[in-house]
Amino acid sequence: MTWANAVVQGVLLGGLFALFATGLSLAFGIMRFVNLAHGDLAVLAAFLAVSTTAALDVNPFVALLVIVPGFALGGYMLQRHVFARTMGADPLPSILVTFGLGVVIQNALLEHYSADSRGLDAGSIETGSAQLTDDIAVGWFPLLTLGVAVAVLVALQLVFSRTRAGRAFRATADDPAIARLMGIDDRRVYARIMAIAFATVAVAGVFLGIRQTFGPADGPAALLFGFEAVVIGGLGSLWGTLIGGIVLGVAQTVGNQVDVQYGVLSGTLYGHLIFLAVLALRPQGLLGRRGRA
Amino acid sequence: MSGLLEIAGLDAGYGDFQALFGIDLDVAEHETVAVIGANGAGKTTLLRTLAGLVEATAGSVRFAGEDLLAVPHHRRVDLGIALVPEGRHLFPSLTVEENLLVGAHTRRPGTWDVDRVVDVFPLVGPLLRRPADVLSGGEQQAVAIGRALMANPSLLLLDEVSLGLAPVAVKGLYAALPAIIGEGTTVLIVEQDIGQALSVSDRVVCLLEGRISLEGTPAEVDRAQITAAYFGEGAV
Repeated sequence: MTWANAVVQGVLLGGLFALFATGLSLAFGIMRFVNLAHGDLAVLAAFLAVSTTAALDVNPFVALLVIVPGFALGGYMLQRHVFARTMGADPLPSILVTFGLGVVIQNALLEHYSADSRGLDAGSIETGSAQLTDDIAVGWFPLLTLGVAVAVLVALQLVFSRTRAGRAFRATADDPAIARLMGIDDRRVYARIMAIAFATVAVAGVFLGIRQTFGPADGPAALLFGFEAVVIGGLGSLWGTLIGGIVLGVAQTVGNQVDVQYGVLSGTLYGHLIFLAVLALRPQGLLGRRGRA
Repeated sequence: MSGLLEIAGLDAGYGDFQALFGIDLDVAEHETVAVIGANGAGKTTLLRTLAGLVEATAGSVRFAGEDLLAVPHHRRVDLGIALVPEGRHLFPSLTVEENLLVGAHTRRPGTWDVDRVVDVFPLVGPLLRRPADVLSGGEQQAVAIGRALMANPSLLLLDEVSLGLAPVAVKGLYAALPAIIGEGTTVLIVEQDIGQALSVSDRVVCLLEGRISLEGTPAEVDRAQITAAYFGEGAV
């Protein structure tokens, strides 16, 4: 892999990280809510796609039509009936509850599916690619992943900037008590945001399952990459999420190239180092606003 | 004029601290009532209790015949109550126009829209596309009042309109009030600037340590009575 190809593959990998990070970014940006079960929810979505594709004999992309609405509904109900009770000035209750939810999901998956690694078969798109130059090839599936991430972010941006619901989301993020004076029910806003966050993590989980094998214990790693993308891009910034995902992806793929050529550290570690550097030098993230993040 | 707001024996406060004691106050439709009093007299608490930001601990409030205290905070604007909070509290990540549109979130029918707000507050027109967090205090207050009007309220609660503003800005804001009152809106205005409050109101109510200490029309009350009601009998 050449350096240029490493960068291209990193940009494409960034699409998957951005998908992971979108839900985290929304929940934190609007609700100041940290969901530690986010990665486990992604893995849960991948396992549900395994069951759905087997039961209905369909492609994983078709399984998304079942899984995404189910996750959105689950997110809405969990927020209304569980997470809402944990929200307040003290972030500890929500952190503990979502940590516990993650543990429950991991153990339930282990019980039901065993510890064996699984994968999702999306057909020829997984291996197909376009050869751009002698050294650079773009895989159709990574390109699709990046395209879906961009489409999700564009759709969310349009909702947030152009619709009545989007204005209510942003007003609630600014000041929930004053938003209530405008007739906005912040509990409903939070439930809708959580529904969107769960829907996006379901997409991320199924795409993860198509890209690589996965097991019940893989959630925390997915959570870590999502968090790193959010922090690098800027907490609460939608486009920052994409930028953060791409920076993390490029750091990992270029890091792998360094590892291959020079045997210096592993690729994943380079992503963590970039994350730490951003935290130290620009804690509000690349696109975050100082003071709000 | 018929009774729009009927407050009887209202107590309210913050935790163990009681700020209002047995407030009795009726406000008729289309009436403008000024609530005056020193810092800590309970004026803001009264408005915040009506808007649902502070919980009443005793008494009753009926608004247009409905038991207001049984209506959740976020649904009171549906009934026709809009508060312009002390400190303005615009949404900083929204533009001025978006702030106004959020005021119309409940889509309550009425005559107020962005164009009408700009008619009443012409300084808002050129600001519509600007972020709300870069405005001057007077501009923010005009937008905050406009945002409340976008809800087409039948009762407008104005909390400390002049607080922290330059005299010229206060004059401009008060100049717009007759147009608002002329739309048939009932106004309850909390103000420390007694002269401004009396100039626009049909009736004045003074609070002292959470209790009503004076009530009457601006013509009925004189300076000595207001001073006594404002600071307590010992001040006269």
